[in-house]
Amino acid sequence: MNGKVYPIPGGLHPAEHKAESNARTILVAPLAERYIVPLRQHLGQAARVLVQAGDTVLKGQIIGTPDGHISAAVHAPTSGRVLAVEPRPVAHPSGLPDLCVVIEADGADTAVEMHPIDWRNLAPGELAKPLAAMGLAGQGGAVFPSHVKLAPGGTAIETLILNGAECEPWITCDDRLMRERATAIMQGAEIMRHTLGAKRILVGIEDNKPQAAEAMRGACAQLKLAARVTVVPTRYPSGGAKQLTQLLTGLETPSGKISTDIGIQVFNVATAYALYRAVELGEPMLSRVVSVTGHVAEPHNIEARLGTPIVDLIRLAGGDLAGVTGHIIGGPMMGFDLDDTAAPLVKSVNCVIARNPALFPRHPPAMPCTRCGQCALACPASLQPFELYWHAKAKNLDKARAYKLFDCIECGCCSHVCPSHIPLVDYYRFAKSEIVAADRAKQAAEGARQRHEFQLLRQEREKQEKAARLGKKASERLEAGAVAADDPEAARKKAILDAAIARAKQAKETVQAKNTETLTPEQQRQIDAIEARRQAASPATEHEA
Amino acid sequence: MIGSPFVLKEHNSVRFTMIKVMAALIPGTLAHAWFFGPGIWLSLIWCGLLGIGFEAMILVVRGRPLQAALTDGSVLLTAWLLALSVPTLAPWWLYMTGMFFAVVVAKHLYGGLGQNLFNPAMVGYGALIISFPVYMTQWAAPAPLANYLPNLSDAFDLMFIGGNITPDAYTSATVLDSLKTATRGGHTVMDAFSQPIHGLIAGKGMELVAMMYLFGGLFLIANRLITWHIPAAFLAAIALTAGVLWQIDPAHHADPLFHLLAGGAMLGAFFIATDPVTACTTPRGKLIFGGLAGFLTVIIRTYGGYPDGVAFSVLILNSAAPLIDAFSQPRVFGHAKGGRAGR
Repeated sequence: MNGKVYPIPGGLHPAEHKAESNARTILVAPLAERYIVPLRQHLGQAARVLVQAGDTVLKGQIIGTPDGHISAAVHAPTSGRVLAVEPRPVAHPSGLPDLCVVIEADGADTAVEMHPIDWRNLAPGELAKPLAAMGLAGQGGAVFPSHVKLAPGGTAIETLILNGAECEPWITCDDRLMRERATAIMQGAEIMRHTLGAKRILVGIEDNKPQAAEAMRGACAQLKLAARVTVVPTRYPSGGAKQLTQLLTGLETPSGKISTDIGIQVFNVATAYALYRAVELGEPMLSRVVSVTGHVAEPHNIEARLGTPIVDLIRLAGGDLAGVTGHIIGGPMMGFDLDDTAAPLVKSVNCVIARNPALFPRHPPAMPCTRCGQCALACPASLQPFELYWHAKAKNLDKARAYKLFDCIECGCCSHVCPSHIPLVDYYRFAKSEIVAADRAKQAAEGARQRHEFQLLRQEREKQEKAARLGKKASERLEAGAVAADDPEAARKKAILDAAIARAKQAKETVQAKNTETLTPEQQRQIDAIEARRQAASPATEHEA
Repeated sequence: MIGSPFVLKEHNSVRFTMIKVMAALIPGTLAHAWFFGPGIWLSLIWCGLLGIGFEAMILVVRGRPLQAALTDGSVLLTAWLLALSVPTLAPWWLYMTGMFFAVVVAKHLYGGLGQNLFNPAMVGYGALIISFPVYMTQWAAPAPLANYLPNLSDAFDLMFIGGNITPDAYTSATVLDSLKTATRGGHTVMDAFSQPIHGLIAGKGMELVAMMYLFGGLFLIANRLITWHIPAAFLAAIALTAGVLWQIDPAHHADPLFHLLAGGAMLGAFFIATDPVTACTTPRGKLIFGGLAGFLTVIIRTYGGYPDGVAFSVLILNSAAPLIDAFSQPRVFGHAKGGRAGR
């Protein structure tokens, strides 16, 4: 029986293109000759590298250790020799190279000893610690370190949602994984439920994957789990965490919060599968399933070791056909262009699409916005995207923020439906980065101002303390003996002292002058700048005082 | 630039949208030609040529590329709406003046497509009815009543040469005119309604043209080119306002059904008040916009100096649309009630 499906705003149904790759069973990639393992494959801090060129490593050996709270371990995908630790091209929207460990496989594939974790005897929440070394990160695309998500703290988790919606066109890796390995996925989900202390598991799968839903239902029945599989309509972006949460529970995750704040934790089905392997087999995250599809000879889902060059994956899928103009990493709605197919497979990559102009035509030139509102109808965040566009375009950033720019999830629905073909999401990305940069600059300026004020205050205090100290000494000496009274040396010192006190007083008055109390931040900045220049120009004055 | 989304909706462009809206105007235009003669096709072509000419001219003056703007179809839609609003067979310069105001003043002096505050066709119409009120009331009589229905060559003569046919030979007062004349002259509504021009509900011929506009409008809603909010609110407000007046004094006020089908109500509800550039865009804003425009339409018809009020009520609400939008932003996902955008 299907669970209740709650309505969600917006969304759309682009051509699915699932059939290209979902008919074939998952292909296990043979051992590659060389692996390129980036140290940053997850959200948060990059792992700290533990090996250097020349080291020999074993399969499953930690080569990068988590650095900080939100970070994940990185492991050697096979046994071999470290050739280099150096920046290499990676699959990232920025196109910038990142630090990677290059490993030459020795072909033996010798593994470190792997120990299953006895999770049943661990209290809820205790699994996070041993899991931290396993390198798990969310495979839906966000790659948030899983061990952190399994110990959320705060609100008690009632519901574990397993995300098998896979709403982006072309991608079918979760579909195949659910069809072929449903039991392992649900075993992983049960470990998650236990660790989170959740009461129930809800699995959400789009209705274009009936076989996957069937397999998952079978697994739930077989394992006798407190789990329910709900088939949801195929409507992008149903696989967004907040969207699936609302579809399955009717609950709206508040803006600026995450689902755990309302007692729900969401994991991708592939992450549950990786967790099963990590806990029951003791195997860290060494591989993942990736769809290689589009304009290739034999679109496939391939289970490959992390670090496999993407060009190898394309070869396994029969290779690019004639006319391929590039490759998309991720789905066509939220993915990005890959600059270099030498880049390796990483934890976040769920799909590689070979593009040609027939499948992905060039966008027509943008026309003026006519405020037709198609974007607003499609927006899953109930925003008015055209308003955001007008404000972003005019660099009216405060207005863009007021129109809730930061509630935009960049799903691309608005750009997809725009009759004027305006690259709306690009405008939002631009506006967001501008706002973040402006906020940072403002914070930096504020920090500098505070530091400067504190410096002035400290100097003033030191002067006064010094003056007071000297004054005290002088008066002590005066009291100590009359001899001092007609001592010309003492009189001279007292004169200097008095002058210093007078200057200090004057300085204090200047600092606290009434007309400088209600300055605008702009005026204050100018004054501070002048003050700083003055001091820098005449350090001698400081010494005299 | 990340570039995503890499796929855009197919068969989706400004031009295609404009073409679909013009297609939705075809039933009404055909009915118009059936009842009032083939002259409408001449006015359509003339307005279209004027629109393209004026737009090309002003684009050159503004130093803007010609092709994209001229081929987006928006100026042809404006021309079509103006041709339907101006009495068919009016002299050529009347259309020219109207199109000048619509394209040059209302559209391009504000910055072109998407930037204009006021509905271009209605600015053109408003300029004409203020400047040339007599010409603007000389509507052709519907076929069943006309002594004489000008054919295409007559129409050409009338429009471009002046001809030797006096307007009286082929024109007649519209129902809204005869209603205004009757109620102003102290007569009752029934006096006006007993005229042959009244037809069944709201004007011989014209009432069927209005039904065809309604039909085309429903096509627009079904194709998600417009939402139901503005037409529904506009027509409901017309019916409600007219209904209240009619209940109070049926002798001097027309019934709601009459107001719904007379004059430009249906054309306005689906094709003019819904112009996305100049109307409200939020769901609640659209309801307020349509409702106030409908209310003002009946008020202007009843108490104003002009027989119809659609154009002026839409223009007035155009000026208020940005304000209404600012205060009617919908709740954003994940925000508490009242957590609207813009605050």
